[in-house]
Amino acid sequence: MRALLIRDLRLALRSGGGFGLGLTFFLIVIVLVPFSVGPASSLLSRIAPGILWLGALLACLLSLDRLLTVDWEDGALDLLSTSPIPLEGIVSIKALAHWITTGLPLLLVAPLLGVLLHLPVDGFGVLISSLALGTPALSMIGVFGAALTIGIKRGGLLLSLLVLPLYIPTLIFGAEAARRGAQGLEFGTPLLFLAGITGFVLALMPFVAAVVLRLNLR
Amino acid sequence: MSLWEYANPVKFLRLSGALLPWLWGGALVCLMVGLTWGFFFTPDDFRQGSTVKIIYLHVPAALIAINAWFMMLVTSLVWLVRRHHVSVLAAKAAAPVGVAMTLITLITGAIWGQPMWGTWWAWDPRLTSFLILFFFYLGYIALWEAIDDPDSAADLTSILCLVGSVFAILSRYAVNFWNQGLHQGASLSLDKKENVADVFYLPLLVCIGGFILLFLALVFYRTGTEIRLRRIRALIARETRIA
Repeated sequence: MRALLIRDLRLALRSGGGFGLGLTFFLIVIVLVPFSVGPASSLLSRIAPGILWLGALLACLLSLDRLLTVDWEDGALDLLSTSPIPLEGIVSIKALAHWITTGLPLLLVAPLLGVLLHLPVDGFGVLISSLALGTPALSMIGVFGAALTIGIKRGGLLLSLLVLPLYIPTLIFGAEAARRGAQGLEFGTPLLFLAGITGFVLALMPFVAAVVLRLNLR
Repeated sequence: MSLWEYANPVKFLRLSGALLPWLWGGALVCLMVGLTWGFFFTPDDFRQGSTVKIIYLHVPAALIAINAWFMMLVTSLVWLVRRHHVSVLAAKAAAPVGVAMTLITLITGAIWGQPMWGTWWAWDPRLTSFLILFFFYLGYIALWEAIDDPDSAADLTSILCLVGSVFAILSRYAVNFWNQGLHQGASLSLDKKENVADVFYLPLLVCIGGFILLFLALVFYRTGTEIRLRRIRALIARETRIA
C-alpha cells in the first residue's frame, strides 16, 4: 500500500501539472476575488473565510478528473484490482494521494492568501483546522465521483455535476466554522459537525467507491 | 400472488394497461374538482388575500417531489438486491417527473414568495433543500444519459441514488444549521392541532390526491415506454446479428 501511495505521489509530481495545478488555480481564484468585488478591506475580511473554502473546493474538483481515468486508460487499474490489496484499500490510498497533492498544499498556502484577503488574525487557526478537517472528506467524496464517471468519455463536467451536491454539507460546516472563527464567535459546534461528516465519509465512502469501481471494471 | 410477480415485464404491462385509464381519469377528475374548488370557491385568506390559492399547486408538487425521490430510492434498492429490471426502469421513469415537480414547487414558491415575503428567493432551509434536491435529480438523470451499457447504467445510477439520499438528508439538516427559516413549518400534519383551516384543507386534500394519481399514471406510463424501448433495442440487436 505504501508503494502504491509513493507511486501515485511520484506520478503526480513528475507528470507536471498534477501537483501545482490545483495550487495555482486556488491562488488565481483568490487573487481574482478582490478584482471582482472591490478592494474594500471590510468587505474582503467578511467574505474571506467563505472565499477560501470555495477556492479550496474548486481546486479539489479540478484534479478529480485525472484521479482514476489515467490509471483506467492505461490498464493499471485492472492490474491493481488483481493485487492482494482489497479495492477498498486502493481507493483509500488514491484519496490519500489526492489529498496530499491538493488538500495539503492548499492548507499550507491558505494563511498566506488569508493575509491577502484581510482575514482577521484570530481566524487563521480556525480556518486551518476547518480546512484540515474538511478537505479529506472532499478528496474521498471525489474518488467516489471519479469512480462513478470512469467509463464515460469526457466525464469531467458530469463529475462536477455529481460531486458538487455531495460537497454541500462539508462546505456548509467548514465555511461556517471558519466564518465564526474569523468573527470571534463560538466555533466548536460547526467544527465538531464537520469532523463528524468527515469521519462518516472516510468510514463509508471507500466501500461505496470500491463497489462502483468493481462494477466499472466488470 | 405476490408483488414480485409484477417484476415480470409482461405481467407489469398487463397490470399497468389495466390501471392506466383509471389513474388518468382519477387524476383528471381530482385535479379538475380540486383546482376549481380551490381557485374559485374558497374565501380569500384574511392576510394573504388571493395569493393563498397557489397552495393548491405548491404543496402537492412539493409532496410528490420528495416522495418521487423516495420511490426511486426504494426501487433502486430493489434492483440492487433482487435484480428486477422493471424496478430500476421505474426509477428511471420517475426521475424526470420528480424534476418537473421540484421545478413547479420552486417556481410556484417564488411566485408566492414575491407578494408575501417581498422576495422571489430567500436562502431559507426549505427552499435551499429543494434546490439541492433539484441538483440531485439532474445528476441522476445525467448519469443515466451518459452511460451506454444499460445494466451498468442501472447499477451506477442506483448507487448514486442511495448515496445521494444520504447526502440529501445530511444537507437538509446542515442547511437548517446554516440559516434561519422564512418558510412556515409543517401545517398539514395529522397529529398537530394547528392546521390549515378546513375550508382550505379539503380542496387541498383533493388536489394532493390528484397529484398522486397523476404521478402514478406518469410513472406507469413512462415505465411501460422504457420496457418497450428495451424490447425494440433487443429486437434490433437480434436483427443485426442475423444480418
